[in-house]
Amino acid sequence: MREEFVARLIKFYIPLFIFLFVLLFPFYWMFITAFKSDMELYDLKLNPFLIHQPTFKNVIMLFKETLFNRWMLNTFFVSILATLLSLGASLLAAYAIQRLRFKTSGTIGISIFFSYLVPPTIIFIPLATIIFEVRLWDSLWSLVLVYPTFLIPFCTWLLMGYFKSIPKEMEECAMIDGASRFRVFWQIVVPLALPGILSAGIFAFTLSWNEFLYALVFISTTTQKTVPVGLITELVRGDVYHWGPLMTGALLASVPVALVYSFFVEHYVAGMTGALKE
Amino acid sequence: MGNEKNLAINPGKRLGQKWRWFSLLEDRTLLGIAFVAPAVVLLFAFLAYPLVLGIWLGFTNTVIGQKGDFIGLANYISLLQDQLFWKVTYFTFLYTIAAVLFKLILGFALAIVLNREFRAKGFVRAIVLLPWIIPTVLSAICFWWLFDTTFSGITWILMKVGLIAHKIDYLGDPTNARICIIVANIWRGIPFFTIGLLAGLQTINPTLYEAASIDGAGGWHRFRHITLPLVIPLLTVVTTFSTIWTFADFQLIWVITKGGPANATHVYGTLSFQRAIVGGQFGEGAAISVFILPVLIVCVLVTYKYLRREE
Repeated sequence: MREEFVARLIKFYIPLFIFLFVLLFPFYWMFITAFKSDMELYDLKLNPFLIHQPTFKNVIMLFKETLFNRWMLNTFFVSILATLLSLGASLLAAYAIQRLRFKTSGTIGISIFFSYLVPPTIIFIPLATIIFEVRLWDSLWSLVLVYPTFLIPFCTWLLMGYFKSIPKEMEECAMIDGASRFRVFWQIVVPLALPGILSAGIFAFTLSWNEFLYALVFISTTTQKTVPVGLITELVRGDVYHWGPLMTGALLASVPVALVYSFFVEHYVAGMTGALKE
Repeated sequence: MGNEKNLAINPGKRLGQKWRWFSLLEDRTLLGIAFVAPAVVLLFAFLAYPLVLGIWLGFTNTVIGQKGDFIGLANYISLLQDQLFWKVTYFTFLYTIAAVLFKLILGFALAIVLNREFRAKGFVRAIVLLPWIIPTVLSAICFWWLFDTTFSGITWILMKVGLIAHKIDYLGDPTNARICIIVANIWRGIPFFTIGLLAGLQTINPTLYEAASIDGAGGWHRFRHITLPLVIPLLTVVTTFSTIWTFADFQLIWVITKGGPANATHVYGTLSFQRAIVGGQFGEGAAISVFILPVLIVCVLVTYKYLRREE
């Protein structure tokens, strides 16, 4: 019994504890910095892992002296629109590829999948010239249009997996009863694929929220920035780092993603593993 | 519509039925094309076309806001003669190999640790994914602060314990900065490997392990001959994805070091950003990006082979 416990300790509890400690430590560091005053932050005599005199100064500065509110709203705007656009396009595409099986549907499916592998670093320069020419420079709409390039491949692939699991017979029955293809899609397939749509939506939302490179390149006006870009470009000026507000901003900007994630964690994990296994 | 309903009630009408299937087939192709159109148009306009345009830009001397001229291989020749470019190439590969290797080993190890029944398993799994969920830029800001020479918590502990006598210059020293960047990348990437591989581990039938144990196989043998062969396909895909993402990384490095000190931590992605966006040299920046392409093609081929085998 005792030996068993020791074995479990060495093989399980200790490694698990070390992993969790390392993975969570930066968050702790972020959290405590957010509630420290500058004086405390730069006092080398104090233990840096404790908050001695908690303060909300950083939060206040973030909201009063920067456009943090605005950046959050911008990010919401872009993430939600890009997610809806991608979900719509992916739903239709996934259904067509998986169920309609027309000529070249296989090729299109594979191409969409591979476009997921194309990293933004390869295409951001030509994209910048395109965005400039279509006069979307410095507009949030440029991001709404560009984000689907990395959302659609993922969502389509994930939804194809879901459509595969819906029995074909259900559709055939409905069609024999006189329902049109479109009606079958809208009234039978979409409701059945709802968990998949939810997973894809959560993924798309978090991916849009996290995007940095395109937002950094296409947007330059302070009022149009997304949260990640706003924090990096507006709170670091030359050699002056506002560590307190920076950490507070990082913490607060993580909240929407963390919330969405915590509510739908099962969907998230299912989506991630489902997409990998497909 | 009414006609179709009629046919459904009287399936005996051969001619009518034939017509119906024909129209359905017609319908299918048309409907299929209409359904994939939005996705294909978006991907074509903002992914495929830029990809080609980028290769073209690499052969021009385009600067920001101006149309450039075709200059042949001039960008590539000047890059290949540039010491800095080779330095960046070296670090891009070092960064990718070191980070992916550690992510793979540590992520796999954590997956094995988690692959058993215990209380709060769902909760632990949710926590493990956090570094992956939280916006990279935001966690990068945190690492940046954690790697502050004077105020780092890591330094404070190490000094308290007596392991070091002097402060560590995390991001001011080229070697240290490289290590720090790689560590931050590993931290962020472990969850992807863990959750991906955990899904694979959970599909392995436990009776296989029991049978092997009865036959006297030890832990290592069971891992080597049961676990590994069964997760290799998934392992390949996860590693391939991580490889291209790491190779083409930008945000983590841009936030923490901006490629410094002395350009020690530049990778292709950050260098092309610096040349194109900061410096305005679109042509040269695009040429640097093109160097990511070969690795992308290899990753696509590996994934393609895997998909084929699955079918």
